[in-house]
Amino acid sequence: MSDARMFPHRHLLGIAGLQPHEIMFLLDEAEQWVELNRATSKHDDRLRGLTLINAFFENSTRTLLSFEIAGKRLGADVVNMHAAQSSVKKGETLIDTAMTLNAMRADMLVIRHASSGAVQLIADKVDCPVLNAGDGRHEHPTQALLDALTIRRRKGRVHGLTVAICGDVLHSRVARSNILCLTSLGADVRVVGPPTLIPADVARMGVTTFTDFDAGLDGADVVMMLRLQMERMTGGFVPSLREYHAFWGLTPERLAHAKADALVMHPGPMNRGVEIASGIADDPERSAITEQVEMGVAVRMACLDVLTRRRRGVEGWA
Amino acid sequence: MKAFTNIRLPDGRAANVLIDGERIAGIGGDLPAGAEVIDGGGKLLAPGIVDLGVFRVDAPAFRFGGIVRAALMPDQSPPLDDPGLIQRAAYSGKPDIWVHPLAAATRGLKGEELAEFGLMKAAGAKAVATGRHWIPDSGVMLRVLSYASAFGLTVVAHAEDGGLTANAVATAGETATRLGLPAAPAVAEAMAIARDIALADISGARIHFRQVTTRAGFDLIRAAKAKGLPVTCGITPVHLFLSDMAVSDFRTFAHLSPPLQSEADRQAAIEAVRDGTIDVIASGHDPRGPEDKRLPFADSAPGAAGAETLLALSLNLVRDGVIGLERLFELLATNPSRILGLDGGTLAPGAPADLILVDQDAPWRVDSDKMRAAAGNTPFDKLPVQGRVLRLFKGGREIA
Repeated sequence: MSDARMFPHRHLLGIAGLQPHEIMFLLDEAEQWVELNRATSKHDDRLRGLTLINAFFENSTRTLLSFEIAGKRLGADVVNMHAAQSSVKKGETLIDTAMTLNAMRADMLVIRHASSGAVQLIADKVDCPVLNAGDGRHEHPTQALLDALTIRRRKGRVHGLTVAICGDVLHSRVARSNILCLTSLGADVRVVGPPTLIPADVARMGVTTFTDFDAGLDGADVVMMLRLQMERMTGGFVPSLREYHAFWGLTPERLAHAKADALVMHPGPMNRGVEIASGIADDPERSAITEQVEMGVAVRMACLDVLTRRRRGVEGWA
Repeated sequence: MKAFTNIRLPDGRAANVLIDGERIAGIGGDLPAGAEVIDGGGKLLAPGIVDLGVFRVDAPAFRFGGIVRAALMPDQSPPLDDPGLIQRAAYSGKPDIWVHPLAAATRGLKGEELAEFGLMKAAGAKAVATGRHWIPDSGVMLRVLSYASAFGLTVVAHAEDGGLTANAVATAGETATRLGLPAAPAVAEAMAIARDIALADISGARIHFRQVTTRAGFDLIRAAKAKGLPVTCGITPVHLFLSDMAVSDFRTFAHLSPPLQSEADRQAAIEAVRDGTIDVIASGHDPRGPEDKRLPFADSAPGAAGAETLLALSLNLVRDGVIGLERLFELLATNPSRILGLDGGTLAPGAPADLILVDQDAPWRVDSDKMRAAAGNTPFDKLPVQGRVLRLFKGGREIA
């Protein structure tokens, strides 16, 4: 029997603030949903009667879909709200939107927003649990959890592994959440990328930085590629796509620097031929990219389940 | 005649202060017969605060904070780039406070064409200011400095290299990295100061950096002063008492311009107060309501309401032994008054009787919900402080 001591948090706003055992608890909880999702009948009714609102203030296809499927498989009434970025750019509107969702008696809010800290701002104003589905460059906790689950299932552990997080770390919430999650679970984490895309003092987060891709990959157990956002080109962070690919794109030759059984990951959507060569992305032996998507649904089901236990009066959690 | 008795002065003396009409007549001596006697109850009588660089005329907050004169930044709507606007701004504090408008250095504060400094000076402008931003074009900045020097006007500059700070809302470092906030390296400040000192040097202009907040910045100011250049600088209490750690949790009340810096830079600021590098402590008063502050951090407007807390926070410098009371009032009143070319900011005979009676020890708690200011955006919310203004006199007349 589990109880609220296993996960005493009202919201999931980030990996920061979670203890290693709390992260492991969520991963353990997710395992059962991996099994269910592979069965023919993928249904559980524990969230029946609860309203889950996915409020996405920034465009997303896969994460939104993943949360929608997770909510539906647990029996919740799922509503998706796409707020056009333009209409919520002015702040009161964001708070007003949050208050509106609150007044509609949502039982769980899943929020994505383009500004760092925006999800916490909403969480401070509403009565129900809030799950951060990505805020600016800050955090994307369910991505880090699904990545950790993928690694744990493929490698049997996270502790002691060398993980290279490669590419646009500066603008990446996926990188921040993964750094926090993987270092917390005892992995040796490196960040690798052009100096213009490495944030200041990132070493203070307990990672080693590399600008030389081959050196950064040397002996790595896991190679986690990040998406290069095309608008970074106009911002002058890198000179061109072909130069980026030449020095920081993952090719079979590059990957040879990592361990022979190194796992390749990517949060998607991929820029094939920019940060990753198609041959690697599509190699089922090396690439865990589709498995990451699969684990995403399971991890999100676990988070929705755990965060609503208090509200549902589950024994030990109420 | 009025006479303050039973008071202490910033230099520690206990002496009567005599007022004749609107001006200070003398210090010491006996109470003249027939004078209206004001018993100070043993409290501190100091020059009223001269606040160099506020963004809003906010009389209730100024009254609470002991601010008698406020130099208004040109960043108004519309910007103070025209003699008519300057004249209107100069009247906006009457009758309770003196408002001394700062003329926009360029038309519309766009950083392109010189504004009419001469006509604006005639209309009441006391200095020229670049506003919330630096002037990106060095050629324009050189012309601003040269032209201002012809009218004896100090140029009040904002020290941040806009190319580096572009979209930044925090100083680059661990905090900004963890929070995922757009950040600029702290050296953006020193870059701007180095350029502007070089330009001021060849133009012979007086330049005042309204806020200097980094060790590298103070080093440049120190070196310029050692060379005898007419360079001065100021700071506000936020950069003396908070570092970028205060931004954790995305508190938008700690979103400031320049941003809160590292703890090492904060300590350098305290040192710069101690060794005299800093000439002015000001409030930077910039009240902002929820429409500007109840937003995600990067989308919120920078600025803090500082008028009410300026004196109480600055008194910490005295309690901590960084400086004495007399020096504190040089920073709060005498120096800003001199930089603006005002008559005042001292207790010297003949100076305007702009005075505050202060209970240095009176405890109170900063509460953003109960501020007198137009908005309660203070990063010091809930902080217990000491020191409060009991009475305030402008030109010998008490302001209730």
